[in-house]
Amino acid sequence: MTMDMTVDMTTSLASVELANPVLTASGCAAAGRELSQFFDVADLGGVVTKSIMLKPRSGRPTPRMAETPSGMLNSIGLQGPGIDSFIANDLSWLRQAGARAVVSIAGHNTDEFVSLAKRLYHQPVDVLEVNISCPNVESRGQVFACDPIASARVISAVRRATNPNVPIFAKLSPDVTDITQIARAVADAGADGISLINTLLGLDIDLDTMRPTLGGTTGGLSGPAIRPVALRCVWQVHQAVPQLPLLGMGGIRTGQDALQFILAGASAVSVGTAIFHDPTAPIRIIAELEAELARRGFRSVAEAVGFAHLSPEEQAAFLANRSPVAGVAS
Amino acid sequence: MAGETVDPAPAPAPAPAGPVQETGEIFDVTRFGEYTQFTVVAPGVARAYQPGQFAAVAVGGPETSMLLRRSFALYGVKPGREFAGTIQFVVAANGRGTEWLVQQKIGARLDLVGPLGVPFPLPRPGVPAVLVGGGYGSAPLIPLAEKLIAQDSEVEVIVGAATAGRLFGELQIKRLVGTVTVTTDDGSAGQRGWVTDPLPSAIERLGAEIVYACGPMGMLRAVGEVAQAHAIPAQVAVEESMACGIGVCMTCVLPVRGSDGVSRFVRSCVEGPIFDAGRIRWADVGKLPADLYGADGM
Repeated sequence: MTMDMTVDMTTSLASVELANPVLTASGCAAAGRELSQFFDVADLGGVVTKSIMLKPRSGRPTPRMAETPSGMLNSIGLQGPGIDSFIANDLSWLRQAGARAVVSIAGHNTDEFVSLAKRLYHQPVDVLEVNISCPNVESRGQVFACDPIASARVISAVRRATNPNVPIFAKLSPDVTDITQIARAVADAGADGISLINTLLGLDIDLDTMRPTLGGTTGGLSGPAIRPVALRCVWQVHQAVPQLPLLGMGGIRTGQDALQFILAGASAVSVGTAIFHDPTAPIRIIAELEAELARRGFRSVAEAVGFAHLSPEEQAAFLANRSPVAGVAS
Repeated sequence: MAGETVDPAPAPAPAPAGPVQETGEIFDVTRFGEYTQFTVVAPGVARAYQPGQFAAVAVGGPETSMLLRRSFALYGVKPGREFAGTIQFVVAANGRGTEWLVQQKIGARLDLVGPLGVPFPLPRPGVPAVLVGGGYGSAPLIPLAEKLIAQDSEVEVIVGAATAGRLFGELQIKRLVGTVTVTTDDGSAGQRGWVTDPLPSAIERLGAEIVYACGPMGMLRAVGEVAQAHAIPAQVAVEESMACGIGVCMTCVLPVRGSDGVSRFVRSCVEGPIFDAGRIRWADVGKLPADLYGADGM
């Protein structure tokens, strides 16, 4: 084993190649600018921007956040400047910063999703993430991603309206009976990949007021508390639609967590709530993940994607004669 | 609005230098009444600090189940010279995270992000100012008073709390300024009542042209109203609960009227924590007023 061997950290989301498989999660990094005070956002696999809607949006009244065990509930309500300001200010900044831009869009209805896709047609977008699962838009619990027909309708319309060179990823909710049913529906509708999972709908009650803590009553649960749920969803969806690349997220805090998602079938991962705790978490996780892969004898991220689905015999055959990859700090 | 009608409106704050994330060793822990004062070696945070800024502190250790940082206004900051730079902040144990924090001992290490937020804007040199602190909100007023005194401004300070054990910094302020007015709700120290009771006479006695305040939201609103009644601006440091402190989570927003007359939800961590009290729509905190920018997009 030579000392100059390293792990090939590149990965791809459909047609888009990424320098490494660690991105930010939508809604946890704004559009990257704030985090650039702490590290170079171009060093990430990509920045997934906060879901943008057509019009400026105030978001919900405060309190918008409640800390929960190993997690948090949020009820932000997609506060944002609207697509035009986003393109002029945020997307142009992200491009100038040299980062891969995964732009997340959210609409009240199919027409709004289509308008957003058209508005972004000629913009520097690497991947379009279609947020059909935000619990903080109108009619909570009735999100598109809870219904295979509604999901398919949005995805096929967005696929037709989007620049054909730009892959679209459908972002799914775990709050469904069978997530593989939704995954198959969006795959059939033309999704180039799937992002999963969005937050789980939750509630906290303030024992002083004896009323719900959040201004929006319910909120989206995120953080390590939801990681096993997210991992299960990635596992199931990888089995259901093995041809589709998956962007996995939900409570990832360390390189070991990221590796679990990759082994379950994710081609890349998004780091979300961990950023609130540790703004440099995404960069740290890249290094940790590389060390974890090397320690197990993987020479590339691609080798590890879905590896947990192999039988013990298949795994042993693949890793035969592999020893930990040298040259990677662990 | 007071801030726009009276000369001198404070000069715009200089753009703060960027925050850093660093691990700082606790150098000293001192109890003051119900509060715990930490002195932490944090040269990166100390280097760029200006009065009014805060630090976001991770709680619970590396494997913590508490993901959200706790934010504390900084004071007593000594930039590094022959020794490494240090910062100070005060903690009141009122939840699991702060209870963990106050149990930390000298030599323990804290994960810090700072300095965060905009600093107090300073008036022209020589402009008299009244500073009002509620509870441990008086802490960030100490470095502000030092700065104002250094630029030949006459300063009066009023500190208040529910009870004597919840006062902070009154001796330090007295040494610095020469005098301090103390109020407590229960009369256990100083005069019985609220900080707003002695505020009008302090403004009038000094000919103050600006008021600064830090403390609970209700107090800040009341201080803003007194300042407005005297047609002078009040710059207040808000305590809004934050998740990240760096501007990405959007949880700490307040309805604030901008210079263009349009009200928006703005982040108190990056656009604040210092605001012109006359611009905060106090009655609408916790609500979604229909005229707020983007409310029609909901």
